[in-house]
Amino acid sequence: MMSFTQFLQTVSTETLKRRSDGVTASTIASILSRNTLSIEDFYLLLSDGASGMLEEMAQKARSVTRKQFGNSIFLFTPLYISNICDNHCPYCSFAKQHSIVRKHLSLDEIKQEADSIAAKGIRHILVLTGESRRSASPEYIRSAVEILRERFSSITIEVYALTSDEYKMLIDAGVDGLTIYQETYNRELFKSLHSGGPKADYDFRINAPQRAAEAGMRNVALGALYGLDDWRMEAFVSGLHAYYLQNKFPSLEVSVSFPRLRPQAGEFSTAHIVSDRQFVQMLAATRLFLPYAGVTLSTRESKRFRSAVLPIGITKISAGVSTAVGGHSGDSSTAQFEIADSRSVLQVKSDLLQEGFQPVMHDWNYAYVR
Amino acid sequence: MQDELIIGGVNVRSRLITGSGKYHDDSIIKDVLEAAECDIITVAVRRVDFDRPGESVINHVPKGKILLPNTSGARNAEEAIRIARLARAMGCGNWIKIEVINDQKYLFPDNVETIRATEVLAEEGFIVLPYMFPDLVSARKMVDAGAAAVMPLAAPIGSNKGVQMKEMIGVLISEISLPVIVDAGIGKPSHAADVMEMGASAVLLNTAIATSPDPVCMARAFKHAVLAGREAFLAGLGPVAAAGVASSPLTGFLDSLDEQ
Repeated sequence: MMSFTQFLQTVSTETLKRRSDGVTASTIASILSRNTLSIEDFYLLLSDGASGMLEEMAQKARSVTRKQFGNSIFLFTPLYISNICDNHCPYCSFAKQHSIVRKHLSLDEIKQEADSIAAKGIRHILVLTGESRRSASPEYIRSAVEILRERFSSITIEVYALTSDEYKMLIDAGVDGLTIYQETYNRELFKSLHSGGPKADYDFRINAPQRAAEAGMRNVALGALYGLDDWRMEAFVSGLHAYYLQNKFPSLEVSVSFPRLRPQAGEFSTAHIVSDRQFVQMLAATRLFLPYAGVTLSTRESKRFRSAVLPIGITKISAGVSTAVGGHSGDSSTAQFEIADSRSVLQVKSDLLQEGFQPVMHDWNYAYVR
Repeated sequence: MQDELIIGGVNVRSRLITGSGKYHDDSIIKDVLEAAECDIITVAVRRVDFDRPGESVINHVPKGKILLPNTSGARNAEEAIRIARLARAMGCGNWIKIEVINDQKYLFPDNVETIRATEVLAEEGFIVLPYMFPDLVSARKMVDAGAAAVMPLAAPIGSNKGVQMKEMIGVLISEISLPVIVDAGIGKPSHAADVMEMGASAVLLNTAIATSPDPVCMARAFKHAVLAGREAFLAGLGPVAAAGVASSPLTGFLDSLDEQ
């Protein structure tokens, strides 16, 4: 069976690069007139030559999104249960080398946090931990899931890459979704950013969504962290990753996301800042290439920006967010990154309605499969 | 002669069934149903939070309408069966539209799993309406499994592409004795009229109304289209000719001979 990395080798970026040199407005117009886009079309929509056709791309992306998803926007809240981490990712506050306030929630504290989030009407929860098999072991995550499934209808995990058996164990406990970002699809850069920690294994991480899908995960969300490398290439490969998974697992719900680097505890700075225009270009290009894919937008982005890009292709947003462990009920710790939209769940719901969207709180229930 | 539509022993007055998803504001659903004069509305059980009934879309469905819960989100027969039982236990009634979808790209229904679910749920006393790919062999099995109607798709869900499966739906209409309700892909009132002219018993559509800039007006347009199509079917459409037809092409020369 061909893996994603083997599939990637069949895509000749040399040829694509050559063709993208000649892209004009009429090339893009012709792509926009088609219903099904090829891999080459996707590449060209991400090219510099397409940037002059941004409005046309956004218009088409909006109509494709409305047809596929209607006016619904799903809401969820992240819950950080441990920030102890053995990795050295220089772009993350939780990295081992940073002297931050470390916190690891007990099961009782998880209950308190969960109750506090559930009281706001949230039914879909995203559980996050740092990577430390000692403190945040798969068994600890399972215990957390067992608490959460009593309080939420749908649970997604965003934790370190797990083995097939571990995914299976968590699915059996009540998890239906996996979020895992490759951070960068550039293998060399990945190696240099993650040396010395358990995250160093590029292939183990990139194949995680596939292992989860094989184990029976219903939803998988993936993407790169924007700011580490060239955004065009990252967006192209993450789109192909979603495309590959959808073809391989037709029943899987695949989502992508475009998290942009935010201020964090370290000194990390980047030469690869992604502008708002570039964000819109990769959002529209991805939507047009993958009309069926969900697209998540986090509170890394401001309220103003979130409202503006929502119609172009977003299907899921977070609300009522704290990126600190214990941030919902008790004494908080250092946040993973600064959020840019601090609106409450209630406020986000009422803003969505005003903007012509239907906030959806409940879209799946653990009770349907157990 | 009375033109009646009987589904599962119930006399249904309206041949237009609508959905409840994709609206930007659910409070408009009541007005849409009124404009469409619908008797039946389908609701995705996955969107109904039985733990918080206050926020449910069901609250926007006026009393007296038939609720048709659907098993959207189910990927196999077992999940569809669980969702159906849960809906009934929570007071959503006896009707169920089985939707088993294994393909997120095209959202095509899985006929094999749907037949399995139909069998179990019909046995349990549900009025079962299976959403299906228009295939005669599968439709016959659904009839044998105890379905109350069959619901073939006209085109992929939400695509607004119209009656792409026309030939196959025509086969179902002529071969299946149960009501054939055309579901999915109907994008314009003319598409609805088209299948009704063919003899479909009813149509179910959601996207075309819910995502219209004026859902209430669009609902009314669909009501008229369904009625027009039905009446045309009952009246009997004239035969279709490939070219223009003169009134007496073979014997017209006789008149001109007479004149000489």
